[in-house]
Amino acid sequence: MASTIRVRATSSGETTEVQALIQHPMDSGYVKDAKGDLIPPHFIQELTFEYDGKSVFVADWGPAVSKDPYVKFSFRGGKKGDDLKISWVDNKGASDTATAKIQ
Amino acid sequence: MTTPLDGFPATRRLILKGAGAVALFGFGRLSLGPALAAANDKYPEDAFKQKSDADAIKSLYGKTAEASDKVKLDAPEIAENGAVVPISVSSTLADVTSISILVSENPNALAASYKIPAGTLPSVANRLKMAKTTNVIAIVEAGGKLYSASKEVKVTVGGCGG
Repeated sequence: MASTIRVRATSSGETTEVQALIQHPMDSGYVKDAKGDLIPPHFIQELTFEYDGKSVFVADWGPAVSKDPYVKFSFRGGKKGDDLKISWVDNKGASDTATAKIQ
Repeated sequence: MTTPLDGFPATRRLILKGAGAVALFGFGRLSLGPALAAANDKYPEDAFKQKSDADAIKSLYGKTAEASDKVKLDAPEIAENGAVVPISVSSTLADVTSISILVSENPNALAASYKIPAGTLPSVANRLKMAKTTNVIAIVEAGGKLYSASKEVKVTVGGCGG
């Protein structure tokens, strides 16, 4: 199954820049469907990036984050070829995990 | 007039029960408090439910922020599509532990809150939904204090309605 997570982690020696794009509807609960019924809220609540067994970035998200969310951050350290682990969990308890190699 | 007499013990029992419940609840909170503070990585559900930006900041951090030019908020002047507004926040402050972004007049003001562990740079970019033209507020927590910056973004087509 294709992962919902696409990550690019690039090391510049001192720091590693991480860009992540996740496929998720991020329904806010305020939008109606074609029949006029409210689409119930469905959004990622927590997104965690781990490197070397430690979390380097944790995002707590509400429904105001755009559909198919994008996030960018950088952390000190991170070697080329090392693994970066990404995981998210949404308000319905669904989750996904991916591992990316730092380039 | 027997009812007050009959009613009295029942009321008393109720009061006692109530007191018991309060005591239990009190203890529950006591034991929960430090655990929450220690873990600190629990999803801040209450903060995301607050309607106004001030309430959300209070619920999330328990204090108020002061405006600072060391908080840099990058957002467009005009967002044609309120469903996807690129917003980034960075800071030159030392010891940044978290960055939060709020949209004042969204149904719930708090949009995203990021934890910045030591070694992670105080800079984050993301894309948010905006219901209408309003202020975007960036909060940076550094050294236990809160600093903020805000900017008005004009929204042509809102990103919350259907």
